[in-house]
Amino acid sequence: MSLLIRNGMKFRLKTILAFLIALLFAVPAASADDAFVAQADKDAREAVHDMEKDTEDAAHKLDPKDIIFEHLGDGYGWEVPFDHHHRIPLPVIVWASDGLHVFSSGRVTGGQTYRDGNLEFRIAGHDSPFKGKVVEVLPDGKEVKPAFDFSVTKNVCGVFISAILVLGLMFWLAGFYRRNGLKAPRKGLGAVESMLVFIYDTVIKSTLGKKAPKFAPYLLSVFFFIFAMNLLGLIVIFPGGANLTGNIAVTLVLAVITFLVTNLFGNKHYWKEIFWPDVPIWLKFPIPIMQFIEVFGIFTKPAALTVRLFANIMGGHMIVLVLTLLIFIFAAVSPAAGGGATVISVLFSVFMLLIDVLVSFIQAYVFTMLSTIFISLAQEEHAHDEAHAAEPAAHGAEAKTQTA
Amino acid sequence: MELFTPDLGLIFWMFVAFGILFFLLWKFAWPMILKTVDHRADLIDKGVEYAHEAQEQLKNAQQQSDAYMAEARRKQADMLREADKMKTQIIEEARSAAQTEAQKVMDSARLQIEQQQKEAQQQLRNQVSEMAIEIAGKVVKTQLENDKAQARLVGTLLDELESKK
Repeated sequence: MSLLIRNGMKFRLKTILAFLIALLFAVPAASADDAFVAQADKDAREAVHDMEKDTEDAAHKLDPKDIIFEHLGDGYGWEVPFDHHHRIPLPVIVWASDGLHVFSSGRVTGGQTYRDGNLEFRIAGHDSPFKGKVVEVLPDGKEVKPAFDFSVTKNVCGVFISAILVLGLMFWLAGFYRRNGLKAPRKGLGAVESMLVFIYDTVIKSTLGKKAPKFAPYLLSVFFFIFAMNLLGLIVIFPGGANLTGNIAVTLVLAVITFLVTNLFGNKHYWKEIFWPDVPIWLKFPIPIMQFIEVFGIFTKPAALTVRLFANIMGGHMIVLVLTLLIFIFAAVSPAAGGGATVISVLFSVFMLLIDVLVSFIQAYVFTMLSTIFISLAQEEHAHDEAHAAEPAAHGAEAKTQTA
Repeated sequence: MELFTPDLGLIFWMFVAFGILFFLLWKFAWPMILKTVDHRADLIDKGVEYAHEAQEQLKNAQQQSDAYMAEARRKQADMLREADKMKTQIIEEARSAAQTEAQKVMDSARLQIEQQQKEAQQQLRNQVSEMAIEIAGKVVKTQLENDKAQARLVGTLLDELESKK
């Protein structure tokens, strides 16, 4: 039985791989008959040549800040290991001055200018205000940012890969239950299930109580999505390597969804506490001091969520990058110093990456826990007795000691 | 500062990706998973409760059987005591019955003896009187030739004998 499943999985993996490879080659190949392809190729070759010269020059004046920001940021192509010039091309989708333009990022990632229709595009250079973004090049050489840039960048692609990963895991688990009833899964699925039950029981159920089933789908989705993105961010090569949760746009979206869930499902009591809290009357009338603070609080909560996850993950990535760069900085001083720095930074990098694995879980857990608490605060019926407010925390602690 | 300014395109795609993820999981995965997990937790809880109950019952049964044993032992002791009492009673009764019987036998024996004594006395008396008569006869026979006063003497002697008795 397990052999059959394994075979089936192998088969599925193979099809997925084949599909992905076909996709990668299809994008550049599709426009092979393009009239500009020869010119573009020539441009590309020249650009690569230029870049090689550039990198040769750059080797002498290493710019750590640039390298770090490039690695932390987004990109139009996906880097390939051991190759600085080729990237996995991804679709560029921009709404420029004359409408929609869709082309492969392979046409611009080398630094070339690409003509699509009547417009020319390129990736803005280091000294441009739109550094690293696809810009429209006007005939007079000026760069204009397109109105909308919905390109499937490295991060967008990574987000979808994470989503597919989570979907795959959960459908696998659901399928297992459908086939085996109440039997407990073992090995990989057992790990997924134990994590799920851990979050569901100790975070969601202990805080939300009776309302747990209503919000559990959202909270569990968020947890596994963040966890998958965190872990994929730590893998250096494709399909990992995109700094997803270390990107403020990703964490912002998640925090905004928590904000929406909190406020759209908030009950009467929650809104009363905001606009007419139980405080001495002069604090809320005629000058609405408390109301101001409470309304401000509504927005600081998602802001805290956004920044906490973003800063933690980005910090982890940055430390590893800095440790790696130390090798090159010391190597520029003297080969011996470079050798010593290599040993030390590799050891520290491995240590930091292991910590980052832990942080990946902790931050996903913390985000889920805080979302749960924010949602439960908007669900509370009677906050008059403080004992009630302290109850979920006590519950959680109890559960923790039980698991320990 | 590029790191701190959220990119609109990424925000859009992130919404799309999370939307799809959440919708699919919410529709097809979470209900099944949460139902199963909850159901299994309930089942395990019930199992534990059942085991506890069974243990309790077992303990109760033990206590009950202990109580029964104590009761039985007490009853046994009671019965033994009763039997002992009955035994002594029976013995007592038998003894008293035997005593009355013996009394009766003795009484009748005494009566018989008295009777026999009386009879013997009578017999003896008769014999003595016969003998006396015979003696008297003989004495008379001899006295007849002797003296009539001597017969009178014999009579007085016999009276004395009787009064002495």
